[in-house]
Amino acid sequence: MSKLTLDDLRKLRDTQRAELQQRETGTKSVHIVVGMGTCGIAAGAKETLNALVDAVAARKLDSVLVRQTGCMGLCHSEPTVEVIVPGMPKVIYGKVKAEQAAMIVEQHVIGKRLLDDHILDRPAVDVMR
Amino acid sequence: MHATTCDYMADLVHNALEAGASRIQLTCETVAGVIRVVVSDNGCGMTPAQIQLAENPFFSHPGKHPKRRVGLGLPLLRQAVETTQGSMTIESAPNQGTTVSFSMDARHLDAPPLGDIPGTFMTLMSLPGDYDLVIARHSDEDSYTIARHEIQEVLGDLENTLNLSLVRQWLAELEHGVSATSAPQAHVA
Repeated sequence: MSKLTLDDLRKLRDTQRAELQQRETGTKSVHIVVGMGTCGIAAGAKETLNALVDAVAARKLDSVLVRQTGCMGLCHSEPTVEVIVPGMPKVIYGKVKAEQAAMIVEQHVIGKRLLDDHILDRPAVDVMR
Repeated sequence: MHATTCDYMADLVHNALEAGASRIQLTCETVAGVIRVVVSDNGCGMTPAQIQLAENPFFSHPGKHPKRRVGLGLPLLRQAVETTQGSMTIESAPNQGTTVSFSMDARHLDAPPLGDIPGTFMTLMSLPGDYDLVIARHSDEDSYTIARHEIQEVLGDLENTLNLSLVRQWLAELEHGVSATSAPQAHVA
């Protein structure tokens, strides 16, 4: 059986970079933070994270960072995802399954509109005002 | 209990990082119908009394979660292991690091499925912090070993989502080589 090596990973990388170079860049970083405590894991945060990666990769969005964190204290609404888009309020979403994860990328990150039904009660002050 | 064995692995690696580990070794074997996982770290370690507390579901690290009174990672694992008549050990000493290992008969009726190996390894490689994680995967068919610092050298920032997508693609192919026959389906982007 042929073994995959780091060289194969390098090849994958180079293929992707070649594709990316054709695209406009210069957007500021978007941060997506996924709660991966025991509660998050039990509720399927890994599937959520996988779906986020899929959605970002499908749109070839460079400059989206996915970060993992522990329990955010919102175990009742796991999986929880915080989304930080420059120029928009920070939002924590709850009960984010794969379907909502894809919507976060499409609607929030690209469309700049919040997913009203999944916002948790710790919104940014500028939403409250 | 967690849905899959991968979820327990993830919990154990998170514990190692929270213990301040800079080097973590994860071994994941599926050989002759038995799942065996070992997570070894060079973190702060525990005294025998602390090991006992760690298995108490109503205890969590007071510094990490000052207001929380539950910590379910190890208790859930203990429950899964006992349900399947498997075994589990925690070896630790202060400043010596910790090694947690467990094994379960994958054919036991109550054994959790292995789960999404490429997706799990991808998330474990991209946790925040400066640490090295070496993962050794063995099965009846084949084996592979991957190291976080090597992946970082090739790709750079592992929080970049496109890089993560590449890592998972690569891992899915690696995993396909070791679990071609017994495969839980690989997660492909």
